[in-house]
Amino acid sequence: MDTARIDQIIDKHDGEASALIQVLLEIQSENHWLPKAVLARVSEKLRVPLSQIQHIATFYKAFSLVPKGRHQVHICMGTACHVRGATRVLEKVQDLTGIKPGETDLELKFSLETVNCLGCCALGPVMEIDGKTHGKITPAETPDVIESYE
Amino acid sequence: MARINSPAELEAFRKEILSRRDPTKPCITLCSGTACHATGSKEVAIAIEEELKKQALADKVDFRKTGCHGFCEKGPIVVIDPEETCYLQVTPDDVPELITAALKEHTVVERLIYTDPNTGEKTAHEPEIPFYKHQKRMVFGANRRIAPQSLEDYLANDGAKALVKALVEMTPEEIIAEVKDAGLRGRGGAGFPAGVKWEFARKSKGEPKYVVVNCDEGDPGAYMDRSLMEGNPYGVLEGLIIGAYAIGAHEGYFYVRQEYPLALENLSVAIERAEARGLLGKNILGSGFDFTVKVHRGAGAFVCGEETALLRSLEGKAGEPRPRPPYPAVKGLWDKPTNINNVETWANVPLIINKGAEAFASIGTEGSKGTKIFSLVGKINNTGLVEVPMGITLREVIFDIGGGIPKGKKFKAVQTGGPSGGCIPEKLLDLKVGFDELTKAGSMMGSGGMIIMDEETCMVDVARYFVDFLTDESCGKCVPCREGLRQMHKILTRITEGKGKKEDIATLESLAETAVEASLCALGSTAANPFLSTFRYFKEEYTAHIDDKRCPALSCKELISYYINPANCTGCGLCLKNCPDGAIDGGKKKIHIIDQDKCTNCGTCFDVCPPKFNSVIKISGEAVPPPIAEEQRVIVRKKKGK
Repeated sequence: MDTARIDQIIDKHDGEASALIQVLLEIQSENHWLPKAVLARVSEKLRVPLSQIQHIATFYKAFSLVPKGRHQVHICMGTACHVRGATRVLEKVQDLTGIKPGETDLELKFSLETVNCLGCCALGPVMEIDGKTHGKITPAETPDVIESYE
Repeated sequence: MARINSPAELEAFRKEILSRRDPTKPCITLCSGTACHATGSKEVAIAIEEELKKQALADKVDFRKTGCHGFCEKGPIVVIDPEETCYLQVTPDDVPELITAALKEHTVVERLIYTDPNTGEKTAHEPEIPFYKHQKRMVFGANRRIAPQSLEDYLANDGAKALVKALVEMTPEEIIAEVKDAGLRGRGGAGFPAGVKWEFARKSKGEPKYVVVNCDEGDPGAYMDRSLMEGNPYGVLEGLIIGAYAIGAHEGYFYVRQEYPLALENLSVAIERAEARGLLGKNILGSGFDFTVKVHRGAGAFVCGEETALLRSLEGKAGEPRPRPPYPAVKGLWDKPTNINNVETWANVPLIINKGAEAFASIGTEGSKGTKIFSLVGKINNTGLVEVPMGITLREVIFDIGGGIPKGKKFKAVQTGGPSGGCIPEKLLDLKVGFDELTKAGSMMGSGGMIIMDEETCMVDVARYFVDFLTDESCGKCVPCREGLRQMHKILTRITEGKGKKEDIATLESLAETAVEASLCALGSTAANPFLSTFRYFKEEYTAHIDDKRCPALSCKELISYYINPANCTGCGLCLKNCPDGAIDGGKKKIHIIDQDKCTNCGTCFDVCPPKFNSVIKISGEAVPPPIAEEQRVIVRKKKGK
């Protein structure tokens, strides 16, 4: 991500330090992760110490300090999905991809995350890949879904 | 877009909108919230638009994409007005037939209307469907009638009338008195009387003052705030403006959970349009009252639903709670007096102003007035959002509206109040729903999640699940929460794995007591509730796990074994084919056997074994029968012609 674009985002928020979270969210959504150089630029421009930015970037779950895979796999671990067997779906996905929640595989193909609730409880257990919802999924159906992504 | 400068101009504008609308003109309504999109409502919308064009109906029929209707189990939902004919689980392929029938032939497509699962009786008229019939949709009802971003739709449905009444006819003190008399209590969790909170903020010294909408809905299984924010953003906004006027605030904030992009979009458009029309900004409707709002996106932290944490997050800092007092009403955002309420609370305000405190307070119980929106999820037939009067019994909500438990299973418990809530057992099903009633039963109202559990849900595992959730979401600032929860989680996990010790219960109780007494914020002080309430009502499940190494619900992976009942196995081979671990031995016309040493308890065989055979079973607390002898494994009788 180039410096000009970062500055643009910061300027949109009038360069106010209190907009730090909003600035980081915008960068995260465009760049999919927060490289160190980007954080350094934000620190300089907003005049917020880098240590504080690190605190924010690690405190909130929306931020990633490592690159993400091509496909974002979100497994809903909300209570409704849990009582309907989400744990077994998660175990299956872990087996298939070889990664745990919060990790990305070495080929940068999949990033796996668990989420607290996607609010589609009628469809539980729910797996969401790149924004597409796979509802009422069973461990037995999971391999076909995962393997359909290149 | 012309600015509206006075109540008279607003009424003229409303009249003009209504004069352009013909109530007898057919209107197709399609639910289009986040959960609806997940079930395919976007595709249905495209199909409807194309079909209307194809049948040359586009100017004879209105098509409205609304927010969530609540009956998520049967989405996407199409309702044809003015008849209120309700079609469920509509797919794009159904659309041509549906439109022809409803708009040209004036008939009903029988296969798409509601069918009672028990009696087979069909119901086409929306208000008569049992799921809707027992509800009282005072707050949530507008969702079905308006396109979320359309200010015209909102005004056509009596929108902004409360705002006019408040600004023109009432003083701030009168508004606060009205909200106090109505008995409105906060819908976000704690249930604090909203009017009292407003009064504190109004009387607090310090300028400027702020008002905040808490839309950081983090409880898993609760999505009513999202559906209100997505489906009726003007309604929440109207409540906020009235509150700001009553408190004396000129700046407001919406704190919207990062996972809610559609809520954010609809809200942002609503704010923009309200500003353009002069319902926000300087001198609102000529009243002399100025008010602006900003939207802040959350970044994914459950604890930010706690008010002091949320305010820190609004300031651009890490969302760590701080001890109260001082309360936000005295020292809130940037240390200024701040009033913070959740989405549903704000959405109730226009209703109170319009109908009056007395009418509002006539609904409900002694301590809980009005209605509450619950999300009914888990092991329930009719998953969805339901709005019911306070004082209704849990049994009515779960069985009359929710339609009971799927697959004929037995109800075990309902979990209310989010991760810090509690589980209520079957014997308390006639409990009236209200803030104090639920607290007395060892749970709480929380934001309104109701997770239904059946006989296959293990209560020890549920406690472990919630403590795990809270351990993960603990901000780490205070020790009883950060360390205490971690220890509780370790012990509960151990119990579910069959490694529980006798003394574990005493340790859990002591850790729970410390967390309740000594935590900084509500997250920690209520974090022990999942354990305390499950232990209170389901003690025998704990002892079964610890003493007998048995999971009565047959749910805890480490405590169960899978076994193929030789009497039922037909040798169909499905389990053999699907077993990921090669743990099943079988073949044509042969009874299949699971090698217990190779089996990883993944449960795939159990899932794929056809229900009519029901031959894979779960065993807990007793030894798995030895495999039958090789010569007995040949299946003699087999079906002909296969």
